[in-house]
Amino acid sequence: MSQPDLIIHDEKDNVGVVVIETTKKGQECNAWIMENDKSTKVSSASEVPLGHKIALKDLKVGDTILKYGHDIGKVVKEIKKGDHVHVHNVKTKKW
Amino acid sequence: MEIPKSFLGYKRENGRSGTRNHVIILPVDDISNACAEAVANNIKGTIALPHSYGRLQFGADLELHFRTMIGTGKNPNVAAVIVIGIEPKWTKKIVDAIAKTGKPVEGFHIERTGDIGTIMKASKKAQEFSQWASEKQREECPLSDLWISVKCGESDTTSGLASNPTVGNLMEKLEPYGVHLCFGETSELTGAETVCASRGATSEAKDKFMRTWNAYNDFILKEATDDLSESQPTAGNIAGGLTTIEEKAFGNFQKIGNLKFIDVLEPAEEPKKGKGLYFMDTSSAAAECVTLQAAGGFNIHLFPTGQGNIIGNPIEPVVKLTANPLTAKLMKEHVDCDVSKILSREMNLSEAGDELIKTMLRVANGRLTCAEALGHKEFVMTKLYRSA
Repeated sequence: MSQPDLIIHDEKDNVGVVVIETTKKGQECNAWIMENDKSTKVSSASEVPLGHKIALKDLKVGDTILKYGHDIGKVVKEIKKGDHVHVHNVKTKKW
Repeated sequence: MEIPKSFLGYKRENGRSGTRNHVIILPVDDISNACAEAVANNIKGTIALPHSYGRLQFGADLELHFRTMIGTGKNPNVAAVIVIGIEPKWTKKIVDAIAKTGKPVEGFHIERTGDIGTIMKASKKAQEFSQWASEKQREECPLSDLWISVKCGESDTTSGLASNPTVGNLMEKLEPYGVHLCFGETSELTGAETVCASRGATSEAKDKFMRTWNAYNDFILKEATDDLSESQPTAGNIAGGLTTIEEKAFGNFQKIGNLKFIDVLEPAEEPKKGKGLYFMDTSSAAAECVTLQAAGGFNIHLFPTGQGNIIGNPIEPVVKLTANPLTAKLMKEHVDCDVSKILSREMNLSEAGDELIKTMLRVANGRLTCAEALGHKEFVMTKLYRSA
């Protein structure tokens, strides 16, 4: 695979990071998993800018977001696979 | 890449080496800034380090103030020091501690003389120091004379993906050469604290880290009036895609690669256990953190940024890198090392680490950093609590 649209840190992660300027609505994104050098695909539900996250699976309220293979917060609003994942649907478990 | 075994630095009287050759005019307190700045204005080749504190402080806060002042003067990037304070006693305390390095240092106090007389006396000595320092030549120094500190800022998800791991790659490659390394940012390890503690080389280091992190977290919980969503992550972090402090913390943590830390330092404390990686208890605010690390004796700094932090330091050169292609393009004048090709997979992590080593050594040898060329010299004291 050449240039990825999305990079996933760890195979366990349920989110990937956009590494192109922006995804288009409905774009079939090529995702590269750094940890094991595998690749996967996910369709972006909306325009998501560089550096922002896209869900790799459906997630319900209370679920844990995994990135780097670690817990980085909890889902506070239902998320569908391909959705933009950010402060509107995920919150810290600290503070 | 074959790693160079040496760099060109300034050898100091106490055996340390500097990457810079500054003559500093150090005010002990806020009200001595004007005098220090006048001296630096009079005498070329000197730099004043004005700051906001130094009066009526007490206890641990006062100790930190002295540690930062003294450590800054002792830093091997500093050739000679003029200390100016309002009162003689604290001025002398700082002068005496810096003098232990063997470098030229002289103190002046303003009380009973006034600014103008003090400026005249201090300028005469500063001229002597400046001309003396100007004859110092760079010499070949072993790589192990590099004390490298790291701190990231205006982070986004590209920091955790690429620029922070690039620093980690550099650490893994240079640790075997006997360099000193230092990371900090206590609050920005929140969420990754137990994983970070597990990287302590000894149970003592692990316990000390958890005590340090718990103390900082207790303080934040005590003072917080909301969920800190305006502060951690910052608005810049959020714009860059970082959602929670935990996500920021795991990104931050990539800077140490696979290394273990051998000790936990107080803010501005000099490492005492020899070569290797240290954790220093610091604020996560960029200028405060780098000022503390420079006071701990670190002589070159690596600063990964996502959205584009612009910080510099007056005595410790700050080498900036970014993996965010937009930042590399839009804020080019602030970026010493562009590793954005990692994201497009045109560059791998090891190649990026090599690029950073090359850039860092050029700076160690004398190349001005972007921040130096742009005149960034943020010197920010950390204050622990209100004065008496």
